[in-house]
Amino acid sequence: MQQNRLDQLRGAGKAKRHNARTIAALTGNPGCNRRAVLDAAGIDKTKLAERVGFPGSFGQSRFALTRGNAFEAMLKADDCALLRTVLSAEAGLGYQDMGADSDDTLGERHTRTATLLASAQAALVDHPLLTLEIAGQTVYLEPDLIAWARPSATPGSTQARIQVVEIKSFAIIDDQAESAKVSAAAVQAAVYVLALRDLLTRLGQDPSLVNHEVVLFCPRDFTLQPTAVVLDVRKQLSTLRRQLSRLASVETLIDALPDGLTFDLALEPADLIDALTEIEPRYAPECLSACELSVYCRNEASGSTAALGRAVRESLGGIPTVTEVLALAEGRQTPTDEQAEAAALLQAALRLRSEALS
Amino acid sequence: MSTLTALARAQAVVAGRAQPVATVRHLHVHDHPMVLIPLAMAGEANAPLAMMIGTDPARPRLLTVDQPRNRADRFRFAAELAEVLVPHVGSFAAETEDVPVDRGKDVRQRYVDAPQLWVPNPAGIDFLRLLGRSTRFLKIDGDHPVPPAVPLLGRWLTFFANSAEVPGSTLLTNAVQALGLHWVTGQSGAEDAQFGVQLAWIEQGAAAAREAENGPVAGPATDPDFDNRVLAPLIERSAPELRQVLHELLLPTWQRMWRTLSLLRTLPAGERVRSRWDADRDAFTAFSQHVAEGGPPQPRRDGAVAAAARLQRLESAAARYAVQRAFDDPLVLAEYRLTGSAFAGIVTLANPDRVDDTGRRPVLRPRIMVHTTEPVRVEPNTNLTSPSRPAQKAKVISVAPAAGGHDVLLELSGGMGRRLVAEPGSVPAVGEPITLTTLSEAYRPGGALPDPAETPWTHGGPPIYEEPTPPPADDTAPLNPDPATALTPEAPLTPDPAPTPDPVFSSDPALAYRPEVIPNTAATSL
Repeated sequence: MQQNRLDQLRGAGKAKRHNARTIAALTGNPGCNRRAVLDAAGIDKTKLAERVGFPGSFGQSRFALTRGNAFEAMLKADDCALLRTVLSAEAGLGYQDMGADSDDTLGERHTRTATLLASAQAALVDHPLLTLEIAGQTVYLEPDLIAWARPSATPGSTQARIQVVEIKSFAIIDDQAESAKVSAAAVQAAVYVLALRDLLTRLGQDPSLVNHEVVLFCPRDFTLQPTAVVLDVRKQLSTLRRQLSRLASVETLIDALPDGLTFDLALEPADLIDALTEIEPRYAPECLSACELSVYCRNEASGSTAALGRAVRESLGGIPTVTEVLALAEGRQTPTDEQAEAAALLQAALRLRSEALS
Repeated sequence: MSTLTALARAQAVVAGRAQPVATVRHLHVHDHPMVLIPLAMAGEANAPLAMMIGTDPARPRLLTVDQPRNRADRFRFAAELAEVLVPHVGSFAAETEDVPVDRGKDVRQRYVDAPQLWVPNPAGIDFLRLLGRSTRFLKIDGDHPVPPAVPLLGRWLTFFANSAEVPGSTLLTNAVQALGLHWVTGQSGAEDAQFGVQLAWIEQGAAAAREAENGPVAGPATDPDFDNRVLAPLIERSAPELRQVLHELLLPTWQRMWRTLSLLRTLPAGERVRSRWDADRDAFTAFSQHVAEGGPPQPRRDGAVAAAARLQRLESAAARYAVQRAFDDPLVLAEYRLTGSAFAGIVTLANPDRVDDTGRRPVLRPRIMVHTTEPVRVEPNTNLTSPSRPAQKAKVISVAPAAGGHDVLLELSGGMGRRLVAEPGSVPAVGEPITLTTLSEAYRPGGALPDPAETPWTHGGPPIYEEPTPPPADDTAPLNPDPATALTPEAPLTPDPAPTPDPVFSSDPALAYRPEVIPNTAATSL
């Protein structure tokens, strides 16, 4: 029933797959119902944005892709020879490739990954495929690599021995990297840790076998020479869990939508815009770097204080629109009891501004 | 974000034009600045692709890298840049002036002028910092020699990038922040980061700004679509048109940079801008001398003591800068009035000849009464300052509600001459409007720090300088992973960069340059 409803929302188009990056973006603005519904239905937001006349630019540079792929290939060449050296992995550690990336082998790759992890054999697992339940939907995830080592020599050690390995091509220069990129990588790795723990729980094993410390591989300084750092993603994990549980309500959101609502890209732009207004958005300037539909939402939100950023909105006492802000500041509008304090501040601010600029 | 600035943003939305948030210019604009617009290759670690550079708006010079992934080409670029930048910087190390120090008992020298570099945005500064990092340790002899000007370029770029972290310093300035200091737009701060859009809001308004969104980028990052459609095919076949394409891409930003400079020059300079530029000239002089005396390049990272000292200097520079801007500009001071840490009123009573003779010596302590209708959030015994008389302290004696506002009784000290009769005009007269604030320009000494050699074990002990690994011949050369980087309980990566190596900035010119850390001069790394 639910799946039918989602298919109906999406229309004739093919469903877009979630990945760790989209899940991370989803948790960036969990209050946005519009994004939650569109993503749950697998709607192609890029095409939708183009169709309604607000295309965004979310391309990736060929140069960046080439370098990223070259770096990953270099690390993984010869059964991960280089990666092992940096990881100090034992020479005997097996290497298992779960198979090439392809849409029609998803189920198969996931089964193989699960079997391998269940057998508790030490290995470096390449192209693994994990699943995660997002808002009642099964999402397939592909970490760069999972490192699985035998429990250490001390018998009965409960030390977590499964580690997520994330390969990124941004440089770490003098032990420093761009903080935005590092935190994005940490959130992405946290998604994989969460998925691995879910899998172990389903297999009847101890989920704490999965280490909350992930390994991040990056080029060092200005070369392609790899360096590895350990990131503790416990904080990201708890944020993710909390925000994913809030997303669970997407089912209720969809049930509340009018019957027959669809975002079929074959529809006229005006009809698509009508359909979009049925789901409440929560636009913030941060959306511009994370959501394909953001340019449309920004246009829709123009004139609101939220469109100027959260800090501005809070400084203006949470008054929703700029016209109301100015009306209150100029005393043209009688404030409600709740607005009284904000209005007094705005009037004082306007008086001071006019005085200084006169 | 203060309510005053937020209100200005709301006004900008309704008016469709950017709104002023300053009545004076808060930064020094050089008569002959050098503009640099760097462009980087996507995906690579700070690989330069091109740079438009020059001091004459009519004659931009374009430096390009034909194959950005080729190491030799990148160094050729660095050498070309060094040929432009190093002589320009050196041309200011000429005429000096005497500056009295230690209450006039001594003098020191300072160059009468210093270079000023302008880039479009903060990312441009980061680019120069990393370019400095990648060139300052290069060797001019050995296996892969570079021209002597290249490591020198690296050290100057590092100096400029470090100075850009000091609040109020304008040796290296970016247009986006300079404009944002004086105008706000009707869009979010995140969107203001697009230089072309921000300037369009100021020059023409909201509609033009929307148009500018699809215009050429201001660098250093390129547009992915441009990379894929235009750049990649040109680089692949080493097309000679590449230069022309890059020239056309950068030219609009080049023109916008010079328009920004003209726009800023239309504002009158704040009173204290000159003194901050003096500090910049001090820093420039100190570093020039350091380089001339053959001092070592800035270390890769600061030791604990040097980092703490640098942080302290940055904090005091930030505090001083905030106070100076408020004193220079009534619109900035208005923000403090709104939050209650400043108030404006009228002098209603004045006793300019009051002498306090309860102590060992009689002292001049005039009292004034100020009536204000603004909120007063100060306690008795607080010291206040008036921007019109910064050298004078006003101690709050009492605050009493009166006639729809407050009467504040103040006792004055300082700034009235040395005699027991106040100099004419040094005590506010009855009827004079006056603004008083808790902000003060008074010098606040920082904490004492140990000698680097005595760094306590809690902070890692005295710093040890490691010999960095020599650079590989080429990026594609066989790699020998360093066992030292093996994955063990290594220190986790801190996403926030700690303060980076520092040369020169000091709050107080007398403290100007002290190399806190002398690294191994043999250090090389790339």
